[in-house]
Amino acid sequence: MLNKIWFWLLLVGILYGFGKSAMLSLQGDPKITSAQLSTTAPLSTTAPLSTTAPASESVQPLAESPPASSAVDTAPDLLPANSPFRAAGKAMTDAALDAATLSVELCIGLIGVMALWLGMLNIAREAGLVDALAHLLRPLMRWLFPEVPDGHPAQGAMLMNIAANMLGLDNAATPFGLKAMRELQTLNPTKDTATNAMATFLAINTSNVTLVPISIIGLRVAADSTNAAEPLAGMLITTSITTVVAIVAVRTLSKRPRYAMPDAVADSVADSLPDQKPQTDQ
Amino acid sequence: MDTFSQWTIPLVILVIILWAAAKRVPMYESFVTGAKEGFDVAIMIIPYLVAILFVIKVFTASGLFDDMKLAGVWMLTQAGLEQYAETLDLMPLALTRPLSGGGARGILAELFDTHGPDSFLGKTGSLLMGSTETTFYVLSVYFGAVQIKKVRHTLSACLIADISGIIAAIVLGYFLFGG
Repeated sequence: MLNKIWFWLLLVGILYGFGKSAMLSLQGDPKITSAQLSTTAPLSTTAPLSTTAPASESVQPLAESPPASSAVDTAPDLLPANSPFRAAGKAMTDAALDAATLSVELCIGLIGVMALWLGMLNIAREAGLVDALAHLLRPLMRWLFPEVPDGHPAQGAMLMNIAANMLGLDNAATPFGLKAMRELQTLNPTKDTATNAMATFLAINTSNVTLVPISIIGLRVAADSTNAAEPLAGMLITTSITTVVAIVAVRTLSKRPRYAMPDAVADSVADSLPDQKPQTDQ
Repeated sequence: MDTFSQWTIPLVILVIILWAAAKRVPMYESFVTGAKEGFDVAIMIIPYLVAILFVIKVFTASGLFDDMKLAGVWMLTQAGLEQYAETLDLMPLALTRPLSGGGARGILAELFDTHGPDSFLGKTGSLLMGSTETTFYVLSVYFGAVQIKKVRHTLSACLIADISGIIAAIVLGYFLFGG
């Protein structure tokens, strides 16, 4: 699935950028194009769409890269030399290279936070704190993750991840989540295929009930909102809905034949797990 | 609420070290052992992150998002539903959100700048942002960390949840903040 999406997003993106900018370069009288560029306001519903549409299309790729956009800003008459076709190609090249650099920077930045939280989590685990938390929520976890035996480290890590997500601590949630995935992987009979527990965990993770969306509140405050916390109650409602939808969806879809585990080994393991539970219980 | 969230991390740390002290756990050694794992995990996700961010950036740079919005506005105008065309300004946000949290944050900031954070679009946009998750990013990072390639029903379930979140946010936005 990810393979297909990856391919189609790239293909459509590149071909669209290529085709559109080529069209603009071929058909466009540069003077008209630049005039339209300068008058195209932020998109509004009342704008005469049929005439501004082609012009505003070319704004987007140009605005993506500072060098290209500055050429447009400073001198509209440079546009013939700096054709939209060329600029779009440059914008997309820059985008691809920027992404590569950015992702490494993100990961380097993540090392410190990961180390900090996995360190704290290790203390909590060795002190038995996570087990105590997991013990409290065991009925819920048992219902959500019937494949995970009680007292398994995956339970604690998943709980901490869900709790951190609820509080809007995205950076803190990731180390717990990755830890949970590694622990779930130890229970996985087919190492390259997601188990039901992983699917359920990720469905809950991506539809999590949000109590404190720190980044959104921060953005609203930065934009001089008079009531930055106003959408909070609404978010509680919508995320409750999405969590329920996610659990129902993941449960329903897991029973469909096309999403079945690859072989019978998986079934036998899943069947035998409920019997193992009392033995692993501490 | 904000004060509460600001104090969450210190309080969690406090609870952990107090509990550990009561249980006489060697905290320093324990911390270092756990922290070592953080390095491996962070390095391991780099190739997955490069793969996903690269696609998103190239796709966004093609300008397809903005053109789709123009087409949507035109169609709604033809159908005589101009009053709902406003929500199409949320479409880039809705489409970017499952792909990139950073990208969606940028679009939301831009939305606040254009329409104001307390406008209908500003508030509904905030709601939309909070109701959905960077599904593709989470899936690629989490599955990448354990080298899982066949995700089975995970992506479909997560996308169903995201779509329900988008719909719920827009409906609730009209209900709570007026259209």
